[in-house]
Amino acid sequence: MRNRQATQLLSELSHGGRRAAVFPPSDVPEWPIEDLLPSEALAAAPPALPELAEPDVVRHFVNLSTLNMSVDTHFYPLGSCTMKYNPKRHERLSRLPGIVDVHPHQTATNIQGLLELLYEMQQMLAEISGLPGVSLQPAAGAHGELTALYVAAAYFRAKGEHRTKVIFPASAHGTNPASAAMAGFECVELKETADGFVDLEQLKQHVDDQTAVFMITNPNTLGLFERDIPEIARIVHAAGGLVYIDGANMNAIMGITRPGDFGGDMMHYNVHKTFTGPHGAGGPGSGPICVRDFLAEYLPGPVIRVRPGDDRRFELVTPAHSIGRVRSFFGNVGILVRGYCYLRTLGAAGVRAAAEHAILNANYLKELLSDVLPSAHGEHCLHEFVASAERLAKERGINAMDIAKRLLDYGFHPPTVYFPLVVPHAMMFEPTETESKATLDAFSDAVHQIVQEEAETLRSAPLTLSVSRPEEVNATRKPVLTWTACTKD
Amino acid sequence: MSYLFTTADEQQQMLQRIGVDSLQTLLDQIPAELQLKQPLDLPRALTELELEQHLRELSTRNASASSRACFMGGGAYDHFIPSVVDEITSRGEFYTAYTPYQAEASQGTLQAFFEFQSMIAELSGLDVANASLYDGGSGAAEAVLMAIRCTGRLGRVVVVGSTNPEYVHTLQTYLVNKSTELVVVPTPDGTVNLADLEAVINDQTACILVQHPNFFGCLEDVASIGKLAHQHGALLVQSFDPLSVGLLKRPGELGADIAVAEGQSLGTPLQFGGPYLGILTCRQQFVRKMPGRLIGQTVDRQGRRCFFLNLQAREQHIRREGATSNICTNQGLMALRATVYLSLLGPLGLKEVAELSCRKAHYAADRLCQVEGCERMFAGPFFKEFVLKYSLGADVAIRKAAAAGIDIGPALSRLPAMEGVSEADRDQCLLVAVTESRTKAEIDRLVTALS
Repeated sequence: MRNRQATQLLSELSHGGRRAAVFPPSDVPEWPIEDLLPSEALAAAPPALPELAEPDVVRHFVNLSTLNMSVDTHFYPLGSCTMKYNPKRHERLSRLPGIVDVHPHQTATNIQGLLELLYEMQQMLAEISGLPGVSLQPAAGAHGELTALYVAAAYFRAKGEHRTKVIFPASAHGTNPASAAMAGFECVELKETADGFVDLEQLKQHVDDQTAVFMITNPNTLGLFERDIPEIARIVHAAGGLVYIDGANMNAIMGITRPGDFGGDMMHYNVHKTFTGPHGAGGPGSGPICVRDFLAEYLPGPVIRVRPGDDRRFELVTPAHSIGRVRSFFGNVGILVRGYCYLRTLGAAGVRAAAEHAILNANYLKELLSDVLPSAHGEHCLHEFVASAERLAKERGINAMDIAKRLLDYGFHPPTVYFPLVVPHAMMFEPTETESKATLDAFSDAVHQIVQEEAETLRSAPLTLSVSRPEEVNATRKPVLTWTACTKD
Repeated sequence: MSYLFTTADEQQQMLQRIGVDSLQTLLDQIPAELQLKQPLDLPRALTELELEQHLRELSTRNASASSRACFMGGGAYDHFIPSVVDEITSRGEFYTAYTPYQAEASQGTLQAFFEFQSMIAELSGLDVANASLYDGGSGAAEAVLMAIRCTGRLGRVVVVGSTNPEYVHTLQTYLVNKSTELVVVPTPDGTVNLADLEAVINDQTACILVQHPNFFGCLEDVASIGKLAHQHGALLVQSFDPLSVGLLKRPGELGADIAVAEGQSLGTPLQFGGPYLGILTCRQQFVRKMPGRLIGQTVDRQGRRCFFLNLQAREQHIRREGATSNICTNQGLMALRATVYLSLLGPLGLKEVAELSCRKAHYAADRLCQVEGCERMFAGPFFKEFVLKYSLGADVAIRKAAAAGIDIGPALSRLPAMEGVSEADRDQCLLVAVTESRTKAEIDRLVTALS
């Protein structure tokens, strides 16, 4: 029952002379614009935006929304993304006028409530990480990585050391090498051991006085805890380098162990993942970073502190040797407020329970699927696991993407496929703690049914959605990225 | 309360199936000596009712633009947001989805972002827009890095000094570990002097970055700056106000090769600085050098029109250290807000917002300049924002206005120092921005407050 008329492009729905938003007539003198602005600066006409009535707009976007899968509508076990339930209370609370209608240049004296909230958020993030210096400024996880690498560069510069290398395991998220390159470092990738862990011998070979930072996700992208992390940190620290913890997988360990306690010097959080941001169709996120005390003076400013001598007043200050800004204004405050609400709802016991149940759900699903989609690594996993469709591919010609696409027909969002690169035919499942046993059972039943189906059926999946398998090769060669480009063709 | 949905007996069944006797056995993967021995020191858990009371109490301790008259500028503005924007973006199908990697499960998001790209490209007068960056500041820095990639020139980047100082600071951070020299050309008259730019541009310059209307609200001669850049083989990067093009020429018409913007004014609330919306557009020839996601149109196996993430080979999850940027999560929901906002406004609405803001700003400037001790710092033409010089000091002006329920500013002294603005002027100067939301009565009240 898709409404095909309403889901045409806005440019096709447009009809000259229609409009939705109407503004009041000017209540100030109607001086001719030509008297106010030089004629050479003025456009001949406003941009050619579509012309629509308000109901057109509403019906268009509401119908588009029904073409999405989302956490609110479907089980969404997308590995590495922590697609947990997004509490509705956060939405109402983050829209309170004293939060949503606050201008970023308002002076500290008239935003004390907001500064208190953000200060407490800094404190909670420091406690959960075991790292005392906090900057809430980064806009997303990758932005946090980049910021921390600038902090590391500033630290080494201040020490008079010129270190050029950033090292990471091959299973790292793509953002790690991309952030390192963007921050001006040279990238060194380590191969894993057969068990999926950092290879200490290789690490020792590569770590030297040119090593600035070793980046590691723990638990790693296979959902396994790097048990050698204290030794890894010792090796890196002995060479004068810093250890960066990619916090993408904090949902597995929050309240159980802390990056600051297992050797990390810097880390980022993904508030939109771990603290249920939500994900907003690809953002906004929020990627605060936490660092050891000796790195705090390099953090981007401003940060919030208690005004000396007055424990009820908060102020914005820039750290002494700050790297400067990494964006305009303070940070993705709207997402931080939601994260704050989440942590205040859970409390210490709740935070730990969330991690424990994320681990329970992942292990249960791993066990349910193990006969058809086995995982090569580890008897148990933490919050996620990487299974392989290699056997199905060899024996039946069914590949991971076919299973993923067929899951859509069964009403499930697929797992992450073909990542991490170190596992052939990888399918990375992260069910999160907010799913019931019944959902996990139903999902497992669907997977078991799917692998019994004809390979041909799976290759044509999805069969029941509005579209199936977009053509990518020609579209990449001749990309159509705007509707003007469509009409030109 | 952790939003858990398994009962104790279900947990037992699950553990049994896994083949362990307790949750603790699963945690044994983490060495015992690394496990916390005591609970985290966090504030006690709150019920929904308590949380609501707590947040409301915090909220009341903030002055809010909704109960006051907001004349504040400096990169974020109190423009009106039609209710449809909130209604649409409150739909869980949008805001609880993620990056549209699985195209078939994300056609709603993908089509909306394709429409976003189309309308943003139209606003900028350039060929293509990406699906968003974090904000105006990091977007400007990404644009400069892109210009360096496009030209292959690592030597120098020239920035017009009237650019938002937070953007310049962000760019400084992004360039610090690289060999590229950042040259900021001061603008003591409020806009840049072309001869000053000519003196510093050389054949190793990747781009000139100019903001128009600039941080002081003034209009730069972008077309001439663009010609100068192009004469030296450099690109022109323009940071623009996406609402200004309801009246002003678009970056593409002025010669910009890359345009960036803070898109907050397109339907995103102020919320103390974020999440906002980074906009980046460019000429077609540079499309494969762009940072961030790009949604493309294509057809599916049955020939049905559909949308997918195109040109992913530029991105970090494929290209890793060779990616055009490290960005992954972007500002999707804010891009959706802008898409809904622009489709509600259309060309006429956009023009009305630009005209009303411009007229009201000029009325405010005119009235304020009649007040003793008040003058505009820079005499040149401006759009919706201007620098007010108040002889008693900017802080006094802000306090007097606040007492009348009005917020103005920021004071220039609150911002990073800008070359070409003296200490004395900084102490007396502040920004005043006027949007379509301000009424004549509010403007008159501001004038009275400062008299």
